[in-house]
Amino acid sequence: MSNSSSSVLSDGLLLAVKRDCPTCTMIEPAVGQLIDAGVALTVISQDDPAFPECVPEVVDDRHLERSYRLRIETVPTLVRIAGGREVERIEGWNRQAWQSLTGLSGLGSELPEHRPGCGALNAMPGMAERLAVRFGDASFASRELSIPEHDDPIEACYERGWSDGLPLVPPTRQRVLRMLQGTKRAAGDVVAVVPPDLVECTVEKVAINAVMAGCRPEYLPVVLAAVEAACTDAFCMHGLLATTWFSGPMVVVNGPIRKAIGMNWAGNCLGQGNRANATIGRALQLVIRNVGGGKPQGIDRATLGNPGKYTFCFAEDEDDSPWEPLSVERGIPPGKSAVTLFAADGVQGVFDQLSRDPESLVKTFARCLRSVAHPKIAMTSDAFLIVSPEHARVFQNAGWDKAHVKEAIGRHLMLPGAEMVRGADGIAEGVPEQFRERTIPKFRPGGLNIVHAGGKAGLFSAIIGGWLATGTTGSSPVTKEISE
Amino acid sequence: MSDDTVLLDPTSERAPDQRERIAPLEDLSGKTVALLDISKARGDVFLNRIEALLRERGVAVERFAKPTFARVAPVDVRQEIAVRCHAVIEALAD
Repeated sequence: MSNSSSSVLSDGLLLAVKRDCPTCTMIEPAVGQLIDAGVALTVISQDDPAFPECVPEVVDDRHLERSYRLRIETVPTLVRIAGGREVERIEGWNRQAWQSLTGLSGLGSELPEHRPGCGALNAMPGMAERLAVRFGDASFASRELSIPEHDDPIEACYERGWSDGLPLVPPTRQRVLRMLQGTKRAAGDVVAVVPPDLVECTVEKVAINAVMAGCRPEYLPVVLAAVEAACTDAFCMHGLLATTWFSGPMVVVNGPIRKAIGMNWAGNCLGQGNRANATIGRALQLVIRNVGGGKPQGIDRATLGNPGKYTFCFAEDEDDSPWEPLSVERGIPPGKSAVTLFAADGVQGVFDQLSRDPESLVKTFARCLRSVAHPKIAMTSDAFLIVSPEHARVFQNAGWDKAHVKEAIGRHLMLPGAEMVRGADGIAEGVPEQFRERTIPKFRPGGLNIVHAGGKAGLFSAIIGGWLATGTTGSSPVTKEISE
Repeated sequence: MSDDTVLLDPTSERAPDQRERIAPLEDLSGKTVALLDISKARGDVFLNRIEALLRERGVAVERFAKPTFARVAPVDVRQEIAVRCHAVIEALAD
């Protein structure tokens, strides 16, 4: 047995095997024939340096460096090397091919003609990244931080101030390398300049935070799009952090990627339990915290905040929707995936189990939407109305499109100034006195958005109010197409 | 160095990679100082003297002790110090 540190290829034959592979054990007699014939043969064993027993000096490749460097995918693999270079390769057992490559016409004559091999250990899931890190083929621009061997890496993440309060997945090089496989973008690409510290954030930094949030690599394109959207001037992330109001970024996902990554748009889609929903929203918040420097009681001045600031991400139910998807309404071509970000507060339930005609239901919506921020305040917050399937069916049956629903809600939210001014109804809060004789719309033009989502049962919908500062003086919803 | 003991920095890397020390108190007026005896020989002699010096200066003092120097301070001792005191002086060695 010899060790596997040498990477120089000797001319002759090289055979990669593992004892755990039935084909490798089956071909032992043929290997013995090669030894007896005096063929220049190097055998590397991935799991047991005492195997095959007929070989006097097996290369111990339990560390898998040889296999990794040779890109072995299957065992057995027989390689012919000439002039220090690989010139021919056979995967698995094929009597004729082995006889041809070795020049031994009687080789393995008692063995079956053909038998496929097994997966090589270096090709097992997750091994490519582990070995790339182990053998120095992975390089990162980010600072590498060593933690003492006996420390708990999760506690180390807490101690460094990276956490939102919940445990993080430690961002090891291997995990980050795997995360980066989720995008075609280069690790060094700048995704956005992240407020409040206005730091250039690379794909690699997003990937590190996505690892910590618990994302799978295939979620990374969604996180990248969300980070881009959050850092636009229109979204105004810096102001959103600095406000004492409740809001944080909410992410609505549209398009085929919803299904591809297994998002939830059905029952409890605004709640817990779905990995993609939970971790994409969390990854965005971790980027803002760790890269941008936006931390609670630092730049984040929220008086109370809301639980959605841990994570707030869900998908729209497009297949069963009577309406076009939110992304299409906002200019993204049908069939493309996109994120829409909104500066959102928490969820306010809307109860209406009796309305079966659309006029009645829009009045319910309007009455409830009036309370966003304050029933006597108007033209400040935007809002999202999440219409559940059972409520949407009322509109579908009546042939109402989304524009019709919005127009009708808007009509019922033209509010008389006399009810709204300061002091009216014995409430000091309200709009300035000058609006007394006017009719005031609750929302600015375009300030109400509608999304279709939720479980099949339940005549409930949801209002998600938003930050008091909108448009050019605050935040507007921002939609970004998701690219691979 | 195993892969599990190297983490990639998720931050903007504007801060040092080691945690910064908490800023020391600017002065001790109106503050309470914890004196922590780790149960090593003659730690009490040192802390008695420190206590006398602090009290001479009008600084409130509270005494705490670890059951054994061989282990980290129990959580309740740490929490009591954090709740009741503004600073801590530890008698580290004999």
